[in-house]
Amino acid sequence: MRAGSLRLPLRLGRRYPAFGLGLGVVGLWLLLALFAPLVAPFDPILQDGTIALQPPSPAHPFGTDNFGRDVLSRVIWGARIDLQIAFLGVIFPFLIGTVLGTVSGYFGGLVDTVFMRILDVVLAFPFLVLMLAIIAILGPGLASFYIAMAMVGWVSYARLIRAQVLVLRGADFIVAAKSLGFGPLRIMFRHLLPNAIAGSIVFSMSDAVLVLLNGAAVSYLGLGVQPPVAEWGVMVAEGQGFITTAWWMTTFPGLAIVTLALGFSLLADGLGDMLGVRE
Amino acid sequence: MSAPLLSVRDLRVSAGPLDLVDGISFDLGQGEILGLVGESGSGKTMACRALMRLLPSRQVAVTGGRILLGDDDLAALPEADMRRLRGHALGMVFQNPASHLDPVMRIGDQIAEGLRLHRGLDRKAAWAAAIDLLAQVGIPDPARRARNYPHEFSGGMRQRAMIAVALSCDPGILIADEPTTALDVTVQAQILRLLLALREARGLAIVLISHDLGVIAQTCDRIAVMYAGRIVEQGAKTDILRRPLHPYTQGLIRCQPGEDGGGPGLPLPTIAGQPPSAGEMPAGCRFHPRCPRASETCRREMPAPHALEGRIVACHHPLTGEVP
Repeated sequence: MRAGSLRLPLRLGRRYPAFGLGLGVVGLWLLLALFAPLVAPFDPILQDGTIALQPPSPAHPFGTDNFGRDVLSRVIWGARIDLQIAFLGVIFPFLIGTVLGTVSGYFGGLVDTVFMRILDVVLAFPFLVLMLAIIAILGPGLASFYIAMAMVGWVSYARLIRAQVLVLRGADFIVAAKSLGFGPLRIMFRHLLPNAIAGSIVFSMSDAVLVLLNGAAVSYLGLGVQPPVAEWGVMVAEGQGFITTAWWMTTFPGLAIVTLALGFSLLADGLGDMLGVRE
Repeated sequence: MSAPLLSVRDLRVSAGPLDLVDGISFDLGQGEILGLVGESGSGKTMACRALMRLLPSRQVAVTGGRILLGDDDLAALPEADMRRLRGHALGMVFQNPASHLDPVMRIGDQIAEGLRLHRGLDRKAAWAAAIDLLAQVGIPDPARRARNYPHEFSGGMRQRAMIAVALSCDPGILIADEPTTALDVTVQAQILRLLLALREARGLAIVLISHDLGVIAQTCDRIAVMYAGRIVEQGAKTDILRRPLHPYTQGLIRCQPGEDGGGPGLPLPTIAGQPPSAGEMPAGCRFHPRCPRASETCRREMPAPHALEGRIVACHHPLTGEVP
């Protein structure tokens, strides 16, 4: 890595402490996930009945679970899945919602009415209930989770960007862009969107927290990641039966979820300050 | 004058039942600068937005007349064809450059965008041409400045940049809506000189909208004076400024500080009263409630524009044969 590429994040971190801290926490998890095979002391799915349910010790700092798997290694490998959930669970709703919201807000009229009614239908159901229903139809698994997220999550992004577009579409620089003979696509995506997107980017960071918790919840319910893959939500679910005898089985993956979620929250806060967006 | 580049005939712009522009006609020749003067709300901005077919909302529409450009009638052209002409045939420069430039796009990119779309240049050629255009409008160190964002420019430089953006589409006609109103006086003079230089260099025809007769006097070849949605007098600049025929034009000229004004120590003359709003147009001549020469005819009959002493005047009692 070039030394120069670190300078900007460091400078921003000093000026916006929340952003710096969030970036640090998320970055740490990202590095752990990236180098999981090197960092994790054990194979996360290797079972060894002879060392089942051992409390934290120098050999196993986070203890072992009921199948004798190393909890530390499982938490580190779990970061891969959970970061993937946070990323893919946000990016699809973000893209779909932003495009639909922009088009709807820019054209208005019938297009807008139709989009907004579809949006109302999605909003009429409780978020998690609708998601679980979609996953139940598609069958359990991560792919179903992402599809369900995309189908349900886009509404927040669509509403957010539409509100911004409605404000900006009459702006002077949009009139000026029209006076140059630019078409609606160019005006929407080259001129409107870059000016309207800041709020959505900030929201996507705080949304990552919710998606992460949703992913954990869905996995906890047995509809997301399937055992024996290491994922924090699954680990919490597996440890539930042992909470009184082996607290480490639920506590450490739980803490992992909390820290990553906190990291995203701080990032959202810092980005909000930086881009001048208040939620 | 040879065949005009642009001919506007009886152009009418309405918001529902209200006429904002009520049947105006004018011609614009190749390389000519036409000044459109009038008070706020006289319809000059609406008239020019109508030329571009960029009216501010769906409620405001062109409801009559023709805008002839070459073989096209812009008033009747489908939106898709109109879009092809916008920027290329008719360019527009706005009053407030701070809000009419895209705040999150580099100046060079904003100019290059028009070059790529209308002249089909590739990215590199468009960037080079954008720097060239910035140099043409008098931005120092254009190669570096092209990488700046609008907030890094001063007011005068932003207006130069906006002119460069408009020129990027290589328009034959430039509509400049109060291009110097937001600028201080020294910068104002520079921008006006720039417009004159561009007219020389490119044969650009310009419609210059202003409420400032001083600006008009410095730049225009011909003047059209608007009042309450109509053109009350139009003709050559020198004729009109030296000897206005319409009482409103005379009033406007007298409002200017300077030798024709009240003189040092005296209050500046004003035109008594307010211009009428679009919903409450007086019957007959729209200027009659404020006109010192109004007669019974003026209260009853709308004066038709007619040729008089080499110009077109819409007045029952023009100031002919009088020494002002």
